[in-house]
Amino acid sequence: MGTDVFRSEVPLTVNGSPCRPTVDHRSTLLDVLREQMGLTGAKKGCDHGQCGACTVLVDGRRANSCLLLAVAHEGCDITTVEGLHADDGVELHPVQRAFLERDAFQCGYCTPGQICSAVGALAEAAAGNASHVTDPDADTGEPVELTREEIRERLSGNLCRCGAYPHIVEAVEDVTP
Amino acid sequence: MKPFRYVRAYSVEEATTAHAGRANSRYLGGGTNLVDLMKLGVERPERLIDVSRLPLDAVEELPDGSVRAGATVRNSDLAAHPLVRERYPVLSRALLAGASGQLRNVATTGGNLLQRTRCPYFQDLGKPCNKREPGTGCGARDGVHRDHAVLGHSRLCIATHPSDMAVALAALDARVELQGVRGRRTLPVTEFHRLPGDRPDVDTEIEPGELITGVLLPAATAGLPSAYRKARDRASYAFALASVAVVLDIEDSVVRQARIAFGGLAHRPWRARHAERALQGGAPSDEAFRQAVDAELSAAEPLRDNSFKVRLARNLACDVLRRLAGPASAS
Repeated sequence: MGTDVFRSEVPLTVNGSPCRPTVDHRSTLLDVLREQMGLTGAKKGCDHGQCGACTVLVDGRRANSCLLLAVAHEGCDITTVEGLHADDGVELHPVQRAFLERDAFQCGYCTPGQICSAVGALAEAAAGNASHVTDPDADTGEPVELTREEIRERLSGNLCRCGAYPHIVEAVEDVTP
Repeated sequence: MKPFRYVRAYSVEEATTAHAGRANSRYLGGGTNLVDLMKLGVERPERLIDVSRLPLDAVEELPDGSVRAGATVRNSDLAAHPLVRERYPVLSRALLAGASGQLRNVATTGGNLLQRTRCPYFQDLGKPCNKREPGTGCGARDGVHRDHAVLGHSRLCIATHPSDMAVALAALDARVELQGVRGRRTLPVTEFHRLPGDRPDVDTEIEPGELITGVLLPAATAGLPSAYRKARDRASYAFALASVAVVLDIEDSVVRQARIAFGGLAHRPWRARHAERALQGGAPSDEAFRQAVDAELSAAEPLRDNSFKVRLARNLACDVLRRLAGPASAS
């Protein structure tokens, strides 16, 4: 069975490092990160884009890595929870620190996805992107203030079965400009 | 998942040529629905043609004042684009009412129109479904069908179209731009999706190998007062039980034209032509809105467990019409 037509080498940048994994076309970005690159921060929750545990940043934008075919992401810049820290490799990202300080988790399984999603959501609000709960008349393209209601709406794609939502919202509030 | 070949297209012609004569090919946009269906075994393509990098990622004004949104524009970018926010706010609001931030960052304009129903029987290979496998029956008709259609369904299929975006496009009189190996054409969004009839396996009028290249938003509906409202089981991140998009043109206390489209009620966005005709040329009032919407929904044929949708849709539509009419609407 000729397998080469079903596999491809995919140059990527993951957490700042260039790499060229050879992937089965069926592999999701999540599976390549976890099983070929040893980056087990992004979690496989539902594997259907419904829970957000697999959230990573693709070219700076948050996405469900369980629904992304790795082969389609040649040349993309991927950031997982393992790559959010400062360049010194020690200092945590402010969102990571806020999650620790607010105790914004119980079992922790959804946390890497929650954190990556929050980082993406903060950037979207700063870029002036409205959400479902933003007053339509105030949708001017100016940065959107992240109220609790805004945070809850913008993070609705990340489920937490422990129900740590109140502390998650507080953690994100702490890093809101 | 079955192994498949992967081809990345860099031009529309390359994409349609790669698809030609290969029935078991699928175009891959953001993949948020297709990849999921492949995992479920509902879709089993032998070849994916990746169209996500085609040069169709612009939202631009055309010389005639209309706006063209390319097929690969991501849902979040379409919602945030100034031309859409300012001229077609109902489209921004509909997009923001759908899915999650992560999904909207990935899902494309073309893919949104082509997404399949979320009917659980369609997604479950262990259940009968005439849409997935013609002739096997409809598990939903006598099964769990609270979320299903109340308008335009058939004996064979009661599925609904899940898109919020398409409902706003239907109310805006938008058109879908298609390109096949034999040429280019456009279709009104209202004629793009089909009712199930006796072919529930066919969702749209798209022909094999045809590619959506964009949607056209007409100058005629730019800047008109418009709004989208959606009712769902959760406050966020759920498909519509019922939704409504309204584009209302009132001048001197007379309804020049009301454009009303429902989501969550049918196999396609349901343009409420009866209600629109009833309102045209009349004075906007709560009573006129109620009568017009009731006239439209009198055609509803709810199933055992979803008659609540009819009243829900009626209340949503009346409320949005009232708000948009503002002080012009007397009670």
